[in-house]
Amino acid sequence: MALNRRQLLGTAAAAAAMTQVPRAYAQSDSIVVSSIYDQSGGLDVYGKPVADLVRFAVAEQNAKGGLLGKEIVLKEYDPQSNNQLYAQFAKRTALADKPAAVFAGITSSSREVVRPILRQAKTLYFYTTQYEGGVCDRNIFCTGVTPAQTVQKLVNHTMAKTGKKAYIVAADYNYGQITADWVKKFTLDNGGEVLNTEFFPLDVADFGSSISKIQAANPDFVYSALVGGAHMSFYRQWKAAGMLGKIQLSSTTFAGGNEHIALPAEEYNGHWICQNYLQELPGERNKKLVADFHKMFGEDYPYITELGMGAYQAFLLWAAAVEKAGTVDRMAVIEALETGISVDAPSGRVTVDPATHHTIVDVHVSEARDKQLNLIEKFEQQPPADTSAVCDLINNPDDNQQYVIEL
Amino acid sequence: MDFASILAIEILGSIAILVLISIGLAVVFGMMKVINMAHGEFIMLGGYVTIFGTTHAGLNIWFCILVLSPLIVGLVGLVLEWLVVRHLYGRMIDTMLATWGLSLAIVGLMTMLVGNTTTGISTPLPSVAIGKFSTSGHVFFLIALATFVIIALACLFKFTTFGLTARATTQDANMVANLGGNPRRIYAVTFGLGAALAGLGGGALAPIIGVIPTIGITYIAKAFITVISGGATVIAGNLAATSLFGTINQLFTYWYTPIIGEVALLVCAVILIRLLPQGITGRFFKGTI
Amino acid sequence: MKNPVLNISSLVGVIVLAFAIPYFVEAFTVLNFTVYIIMAILSLSLAFVWGMGGIMVLGHSAFFGLGAYAYAIAAVNFGPGWEAVTLSMLVPATFAALLGYFMFYGRISDIYVGVITLAVTLILFNLINSTSGPQYKIGSAPIGGYNGITAVPTLSWPNGNFIDINGMFYLSVGLLILSYLFIRYYLSTRYGKVTVAIRENERRAELLGYNVAQSKLITFSIGGAIAGLAGCMFANWGSFVGPTIFGLVQSAQIIIWVIVGGRGTLIGPILSCIAIQWMTTQLGMQQVVNVGFVLGIVLTIFVLLVPSGLAPLLAKIPNVVRSRLNGKPKEDVALGSPAEEGQT
Repeated sequence: MALNRRQLLGTAAAAAAMTQVPRAYAQSDSIVVSSIYDQSGGLDVYGKPVADLVRFAVAEQNAKGGLLGKEIVLKEYDPQSNNQLYAQFAKRTALADKPAAVFAGITSSSREVVRPILRQAKTLYFYTTQYEGGVCDRNIFCTGVTPAQTVQKLVNHTMAKTGKKAYIVAADYNYGQITADWVKKFTLDNGGEVLNTEFFPLDVADFGSSISKIQAANPDFVYSALVGGAHMSFYRQWKAAGMLGKIQLSSTTFAGGNEHIALPAEEYNGHWICQNYLQELPGERNKKLVADFHKMFGEDYPYITELGMGAYQAFLLWAAAVEKAGTVDRMAVIEALETGISVDAPSGRVTVDPATHHTIVDVHVSEARDKQLNLIEKFEQQPPADTSAVCDLINNPDDNQQYVIEL
Repeated sequence: MDFASILAIEILGSIAILVLISIGLAVVFGMMKVINMAHGEFIMLGGYVTIFGTTHAGLNIWFCILVLSPLIVGLVGLVLEWLVVRHLYGRMIDTMLATWGLSLAIVGLMTMLVGNTTTGISTPLPSVAIGKFSTSGHVFFLIALATFVIIALACLFKFTTFGLTARATTQDANMVANLGGNPRRIYAVTFGLGAALAGLGGGALAPIIGVIPTIGITYIAKAFITVISGGATVIAGNLAATSLFGTINQLFTYWYTPIIGEVALLVCAVILIRLLPQGITGRFFKGTI
Repeated sequence: MKNPVLNISSLVGVIVLAFAIPYFVEAFTVLNFTVYIIMAILSLSLAFVWGMGGIMVLGHSAFFGLGAYAYAIAAVNFGPGWEAVTLSMLVPATFAALLGYFMFYGRISDIYVGVITLAVTLILFNLINSTSGPQYKIGSAPIGGYNGITAVPTLSWPNGNFIDINGMFYLSVGLLILSYLFIRYYLSTRYGKVTVAIRENERRAELLGYNVAQSKLITFSIGGAIAGLAGCMFANWGSFVGPTIFGLVQSAQIIIWVIVGGRGTLIGPILSCIAIQWMTTQLGMQQVVNVGFVLGIVLTIFVLLVPSGLAPLLAKIPNVVRSRLNGKPKEDVALGSPAEEGQT
């Protein structure tokens, strides 16, 4: 992986931040946490901001004096958008670093690679990305938003403004497949219909014929759950075929990979999205975070993404639980998190839901325009209703599976 | 009716893309019996030249696609021919392996230089409406460009001294040398031409795809298979193979998914090679160029 | 391998060394070494098919991947036992036999065989990569598309004990040695000698009345089975299989191991595979030089300057030293001739 200027600056700043820490730590007297996020390959658009926010969170905590008086040491791995490497690094970090917690995985497929490995290795796992919901395993905390929190709000919003006929394009792996099912369910619940659903493997970059198919079907709106660098071409080709503005496009993945920064604004203006976090959110807590983060990573940092914020908020929850438990011991920390621990985060209040190990958060419907995400509507304190319909770790603590939606 | 015309355009577009990504390889294979596995990386480099030319240097996009990309990539091709390929003439498998090494090295080098991130530019062409459908104007550009490239190459091989000598070299390099020609230089120029054509293809495709250092892998297998299936006759073989594969790919993409389209293309190629081990032109269109 | 005493003693040495390793290094180093050994089995299988049989397979990862998937799917359905292991070898061997029948009885030669195998592994990659939907399953095992198959049940010892990290290492070393001995034995049989004869001169072998297509088919299938075994061990190692094991990158790696090790030897590709992977891991830890860049340069340089690979080169050293000591130059001893292509 190329070490670019920004990473170099970030690392230097992190090092600078760490030198302010009281130097009382002995080497053995530190807490190790691991991060495994794609910083190269097709998913780097997602992984880089996440890795940066974990670095930031660690540096911020160390600047406050660490945790339980110990310095936090971050072990970073770059699985290069390759699930095989996720398996390798998860095993390796669990065995070699013996971390107190692992923050890992962008795609749902990578989570399903890491999850059984860390469960077997008895290592606490935080999966921090928005995803399709349904994971039920006491060793994992999923701090990202799930379809009942975002997809439902966005489908309702879009159908109220456009019409009843939907066309779904989605990435061809478990996230895309299950999210597409949720979109279909919410559309049907609203009395609408889904004209067609198309799935694209992550390396597909030519959408010409799909766009013609969409034109032939003539839906009221297109729902996109496309993922990754290659899929960014869809938005570009959508505009090139003259479809932008003709048919509304809504997505819970657009902007998650900085699509609204990487693409010129005239190629996407007007897409609707729904996320937990927007960098533009008002409120002192968020303003301070954006300022501090830019101090460390530079003013020209593209955007603090929702995925990055997910990891930051997960770190806050973990740190709060460690302080509450007074130890980094895995079961003690899990029990502390299961008390329904809550932190005041940049996106609003974030609370752990004890029964599902998911989080209760605010979500925001917004419009992408001119490299910004402009808030349209806010929904406060949304519970993970999809997962709680199927998962109850209080009564079944040994449950270990991912439930999928039945249509 | 509208749908039929849009489908026809998409099929022509698909054929044009195949022509643009494979014609350089076809020239090198047909003229020199060299299979250049770094061809996909030449396409990738062409894409980067166009992207950096327009975004960083602020040059006109058409200048970048049509002049700068082929020029720079052609020069890269000449250098690599001088360093590596020239020492392996006559050893088909070794050339293939050595250029596969070059392919990996170029991907690695570009990853170090620009990072493993998708970049792209948008096409300046407006969309074109056909009834209730509309499609990207860039498809028409690709079709026109592919047509032009085929005609220009045919003229080059048929009507110029270089073309005559090159075709003679293909048939009997020693005889050409005896008659005062210079086969080595012919080979070098041909390899450079193949690289330049790949650069042109990469530049032309840049506005519709995202360019990333590993993108060559997406194209090399397809280009490679098209060329082998076409056989040793450069232009007729390439036209026959691209028309067949482009149509099959696009139709299956319409009926099913892009992946089934890709698989249909590959399966068709495997069967074709089994039936016609010398390629399409080994059996048909003999005596053409 | 002319000296049987040397042969046996070096074999014993390797075994002793292998059993000692886990006592001296940390657990995750053992884990890394296990995957090197598993890949060495894969490298060995191509060394046999290409180096000994003269069949250039560009898409050898197809068999590796089929073995891994066959094991994973069987293990999910019937549990991790001998059935799954058998299938992991049987499925790629059968596939190789079918593909081989298609190619060799169609008299498709060298470069086209390479192209077809390459296309086939890409077809498999594309097909498997697009099976994420819940409707794609074999028995109770979802194929998983891009997700791959996660939490693959892993093997136990015959007495039912869980195979731990060291156990997996020993098992891999054992299988590598077994595969090596099997291939050596096969090459000493009549069939094996025909295999090498065809590599040396296909036409002559055919004119002498040997059934070239059949012999190639057998070589190809054995290679497929051994590659499948490596795939089975790989699925066990990570308890995960994903479609990238069918990819071009994986295929390129196998070819690099064999080229660097030396076509025409078996030990060379085994050692070079372990060495190159070790180097790759070391390079992967720093972020300045790209691993692919180094591997690519290595491949090009070897093809250009050391086309017969390292093993014959290393084997020459004792002779050179001896001739220096004797004070007179000596002709190079004829070595296991690498598959030098003379065709155009």
